[in-house]
Amino acid sequence: MITTSAEQSSTENHTDNHIINDFVVKFANTNGTGSASANNMFAKAIMRMGIPVSAKNIFPSNIQGAPTWYEVRINENNYLGRRGGKTEIIVAMNAQSFVADIEDVADGGYLIYDSSKQLPEHLIKKGINYLGIPISTICLKEFQNPRQRQLFKNVIYVGALAAFLNIEFDVLKTLIGDQFKGKVKLITPNIYALELGYQYANRHFSCPLKYKVERRDLIGNRIMVDGNTGCGLGAVYGGATVVGWYPITPSTSVIEKFASYCQRLRIDPATGKKNYAIVQAEDELAAIGMAIGGGWNGARAFTATSGPGLSLMTEFLGLSYFAEIPVVLVNVQRAGPSTGMPTRTQQSDVLACAYASHGDTKHVLLFPQSPCECFELTALAFDLSDRLQTAVIVMSDLDLGMNDHLSAPFIWNDKQKYDLGKVLSIRELDNIESYGRYRDIDGDGICYRTLPGTHPNKGAYFTRGTSRNQDAVYSEQSVDYVHNMQRLETKFLTAANIMPKPEICSGFNNTQVGLVYYGSTAQAMPETKQLLQEQGIPVDLMRIKAFPFGNEVKKFIEQHQYIYVVEQNRDAQMRTLLSTELSLDPLKLAPILCFDGLSVTATQICDDIIADIDSRTENLTYTQTDSQEVV
Amino acid sequence: MSFAKSRFKHKSLPVNDLGLTYREYEGAISTLCAGCGHDSISAAIVHACHELSIAPHSIAKMSGIGCSSKAPNYFLSNAHGFNSVHGRMPSVTTGANLANKDLTYLAMSGDGDSASIGLGQFAHVVRRQLNMVYMVANNGVYGLTKGQLAATSDKGVRNKTGELSLFNDIDLCTMALQLGASFVARCFSGDKAQLVPIIKAAIAHQGFAYIDIISPCVTFNNHEGSTRSYDYVQEHVTTGAVTDFVPIKEEITSATPEGEFEDICLHDGSIMRIYKLDQDYDTSNRLKAMNDVEEHKQRGEILTGLLYLDPTARNYHELNETTDMPLNQVKQDLLCPGERVLGTINDSFR
Repeated sequence: MITTSAEQSSTENHTDNHIINDFVVKFANTNGTGSASANNMFAKAIMRMGIPVSAKNIFPSNIQGAPTWYEVRINENNYLGRRGGKTEIIVAMNAQSFVADIEDVADGGYLIYDSSKQLPEHLIKKGINYLGIPISTICLKEFQNPRQRQLFKNVIYVGALAAFLNIEFDVLKTLIGDQFKGKVKLITPNIYALELGYQYANRHFSCPLKYKVERRDLIGNRIMVDGNTGCGLGAVYGGATVVGWYPITPSTSVIEKFASYCQRLRIDPATGKKNYAIVQAEDELAAIGMAIGGGWNGARAFTATSGPGLSLMTEFLGLSYFAEIPVVLVNVQRAGPSTGMPTRTQQSDVLACAYASHGDTKHVLLFPQSPCECFELTALAFDLSDRLQTAVIVMSDLDLGMNDHLSAPFIWNDKQKYDLGKVLSIRELDNIESYGRYRDIDGDGICYRTLPGTHPNKGAYFTRGTSRNQDAVYSEQSVDYVHNMQRLETKFLTAANIMPKPEICSGFNNTQVGLVYYGSTAQAMPETKQLLQEQGIPVDLMRIKAFPFGNEVKKFIEQHQYIYVVEQNRDAQMRTLLSTELSLDPLKLAPILCFDGLSVTATQICDDIIADIDSRTENLTYTQTDSQEVV
Repeated sequence: MSFAKSRFKHKSLPVNDLGLTYREYEGAISTLCAGCGHDSISAAIVHACHELSIAPHSIAKMSGIGCSSKAPNYFLSNAHGFNSVHGRMPSVTTGANLANKDLTYLAMSGDGDSASIGLGQFAHVVRRQLNMVYMVANNGVYGLTKGQLAATSDKGVRNKTGELSLFNDIDLCTMALQLGASFVARCFSGDKAQLVPIIKAAIAHQGFAYIDIISPCVTFNNHEGSTRSYDYVQEHVTTGAVTDFVPIKEEITSATPEGEFEDICLHDGSIMRIYKLDQDYDTSNRLKAMNDVEEHKQRGEILTGLLYLDPTARNYHELNETTDMPLNQVKQDLLCPGERVLGTINDSFR
């Protein structure tokens, strides 16, 4: 056995040189061992101590036995994107990834491991501290049940981390109490396991370590939650009643959360019956077909999917566009295709969604940046979809959807009423002389629709794709087709005016550099802005929230000489969409791309921008001094 | 082929309980080939709905793509229709039905639409016990793309261009029986006396009703050697029983034909009256029905009539325990949990 205390004394700095609230802790586990809830408890404890924290789960396409990592960044500047680089503290619980995990520890960093078996010599690396805790031996001694012996390993290392990092023990105890509310019997053994780890660490090592946390008050009213919960709950608040879906990672939990909130909040108290219907379909074709059938019949209907599911849904998305049927699709983007990389994140469906399906089609897209916006924009998607009578796609991604994020709370205003769009009632139908489904009465490209069953002899029509005139009568006349397509274009212009506006942060009056980004990339931007500022490159930021783009988007791009479009895909898809749709010179839009399946870091973005600026022959007109003056 | 429909309405046309003549149940003029079996199906639907006194606007006409799927335009102009995506009518109908369970869903599909591209959706909508009438106009051929063999073509037959059907046929009735449909029938589009009461009973049935309607294609599958031609079907069709449909309000009188009969009471109180021609005939035995279909096929016969009926089967909404009000009519106050609840939810994430 390694004499951990000796190792420790040889490398650890015992002075007051503590690094407080700014480091990364990574947990290397084997999936299927119940580590997720313990790791989550660790991250939540940091939050409850008032310190900003973010957590990324890097997991395989596997149920049991493969390596999985949980990376927690603690940063009191609220830099909550993935940091990248080597890790200060690694809890190495997986023999399979042990060698790689050792390599990942930063110089002077710590490796916490199960020292029940002696570590072979070749695994001892100079320059890092080994903190061995005989976790398996402790579990074997303390617990009888084999499942408990496994699960409590995770709780024991959390207890040890509390000692190592100065986490308030009471905070953890309260968390255990919250987690097992209603299962009181589980509280005592869990707290006992925490204490085992805590005491072992305190007895055998000098605690806290160089890296530690200190209570702050920087959380405010924020919550820690994943984006899929936001989307699922947003659909409950948005009034969705009809759901067809097919399980696919990483979108599955959108529907699971919707279902579990419906189970709580949508049961009629008098009858015990459901105010919703969810069908697990045979495939994604059927999933969106159901949602479109529901939308056609006037219910708020949605589905959620990822990767291959989106490919299967494209024909129906086209139908929604041409037949003008409201439907909401939550697309949780992932790297694709096949199994493996799809459990990693990307923003690589932008073009596939914007132009999904055959024929001339365009779709409305919304880009949430946080769980709070997942909620807000999913709820809004139902209004927009009913208003515009077309598909609205909420563009989340795996990182946003499945990882816990520190987010503004979900917000709803009871005064806010659903916008059900232009749907004629029986009385309204009685009062009009004649009805035609695709007549553009208001000139905004949006026509009045009727729902089946409304009126005995007025307003019925036969829904089809394109071969029809404005009264929905079958027509193969070119003039009817062209007229319809032009009206649909008008409708898209109307859409651009009612989309959420981009979020613009322009603190620098004289800067020529604008960064354009969207979705989960937002997490890395406060840090990116600061890092660039430190390098003498002040930048303005624009976060795109929707497609079609409003005028503000074009204006921001025109106002800046250099535009960097930061996105998480290989082909600079948003850049293509911007230059195509706004008729912009693509050379003006420099792509900054990250597509390795891990969420983008501020360092990656800054390095690429600085390299690009350095490679340009012309000089930027601001200087180092200029940038220092403006803050 | 006619180009315009007469607007003339004879004063003596009989009106139903809603005061409507059958003309109010008609649709646009058909653009299908003259003599197409599908037009007979449309006519049967018009008569069935008129005689049942269903308000036309309380019906939703659902279809996929193909000649059969164009047909809903040719009946019930006052009902909304949806000519959706090839092979995907079952999912669209599922969604529509989830949104409003109070409408009557009359779906028209074809053998390409249901037995080939849409076989998966067909199978799953049967499993889901959706309350709908699923009609397949089965002509054993692709009409709209001009005469290719369909998956329902019998093995060993040739299409009009001489291409041989090498593979076993898919029998949608057998599949529907196997997958748990609670109402399964096979009819011949040319036998109005059989088709109309079966459509009526399928509408009255509050569950999944499948009607396979042999509907000859006069243009591409009416040749010598076809097993779906008018001549062939007329010569080989057989039935186990004559069915009649007696609506709930009508008293059963002795004005019915002579002979032994059995009454099956449907969910809404109406009666399916069955005059047995074959003494073994039994609509309550699913396995026997599957067997009968196959045995007749082996003898070169097409067994028609009501094959199976379980009037007590529970449909999707009963299984799901959906609220009584159609979901598309539930208002925001019942759907949106509101600010206060959201505050509690936010707290659970702190």
